[in-house]
Amino acid sequence: MAKYVIIIISMVLVNNYPLAQFLGICPFLGVSKDSESATGMGIAVTFVMVLATAVTWPIQQLLNSKGIGYLQTVVFILVIASLVQLIEMFMKKNMVGLYKSLGVFLPLITTNCAVLGVCISNIDSGYNYLQSLFNAFGAGLGFLFAMILMAGVRSKLVDQSRIPKSWQGVPIVLLTAAIMALSFMGFGGMFS
Amino acid sequence: MENKSKLSILTNGLIKENPVLVLVLGTCPTLATSTSVVNGFGMGVSATAVLICSNIVISILRKIIPDSVRIPCYITVIAGFVTIVQLVVKAFAPALDKSLGLYLPLIVVNCIILGRAEMFANKNSVFDSLLDGVGMGIGFTATLVVMGSIRELTGAGTWCGIPVLSRIMPGMSIMTLVPGGFAVYAIVMAFVHYITEDKSKIKDSFGCDGCASADDCVDGSGCSKEVA
Repeated sequence: MAKYVIIIISMVLVNNYPLAQFLGICPFLGVSKDSESATGMGIAVTFVMVLATAVTWPIQQLLNSKGIGYLQTVVFILVIASLVQLIEMFMKKNMVGLYKSLGVFLPLITTNCAVLGVCISNIDSGYNYLQSLFNAFGAGLGFLFAMILMAGVRSKLVDQSRIPKSWQGVPIVLLTAAIMALSFMGFGGMFS
Repeated sequence: MENKSKLSILTNGLIKENPVLVLVLGTCPTLATSTSVVNGFGMGVSATAVLICSNIVISILRKIIPDSVRIPCYITVIAGFVTIVQLVVKAFAPALDKSLGLYLPLIVVNCIILGRAEMFANKNSVFDSLLDGVGMGIGFTATLVVMGSIRELTGAGTWCGIPVLSRIMPGMSIMTLVPGGFAVYAIVMAFVHYITEDKSKIKDSFGCDGCASADDCVDGSGCSKEVA
């Protein structure tokens, strides 16, 4: 049990996807303007990560058993894309409330490198099925955590500071992320 | 698009529409692989190869692919080329394969490639798409090499593994780590904003026009149309 807790904590704090591994940077910078959409995006990504891992891990075993493991990239991206499409259609029909709050983020997630990244890294690190699921869940939580933090910083940044003209927009957000990443480095070595 | 000269298509990607610094596409590989000149160059060339090939194929197929299923078709084409590049790199440059690691298969979700397919290749002739791919690829590679140079020089004191600054000062290893990546990207982008005369060309937000899912996006509320 301790092993699973360690996987989750290390994915949230030590190996945080946007702030320590450069995965999912686009939504991290793009959708973090207000905390409401940041939370929505974070939850949607967590949800898709766990589901995508649940589906792609067995598929990889199937590919390996047939000796065509090199097709990983093609198969995974297509499976994730169609999975996201399916979830979206299912939500639209059966869970209208949830669709209204999360649905808008789903098409964006297909091309989110964090989702494909977590599926491939689960295979590369040789996790078993349950460990993979925990790893994906932890990665999603870490992403959500970083998104909420970033949204909090940005809401102050935009309204209450005078930013030099050439630093306005993306550069200042990147610099904020740099400082956040620096502080997240403090968690490094928690498990060694 | 028709009256654009061939040269302007080629040079578009270098500065005016530099994919990384002006269009803000492909941020993940930019930050992750610009730790050194060699890594940045390797990533740039791999992505350029995929970009050129996918631009050509998508441009050839642009009249055949039905509009409603174009995104899955594009992803399939791109994923095929990424697999080819992955196998080639693994066979001929195993060291590069090891240092790029996860980011090599992740070229498939690199927004630059899908973005160019959506914004350029499906509207333009094969030759123009080829030129666009070359230009954008060079712009991407050049940016990665510049960022890689800054990070390697300040972080390790070397350039392409040759000691330069390491004789006179110790390297600041933070520059090759994660915070240095964000900071250098921010500085380079702010510098480009500063020197670019035509401020209107600068994108100060992550808008929808660069986003591959723009059409499926419900009135932009899911993404960041008006990010400050």
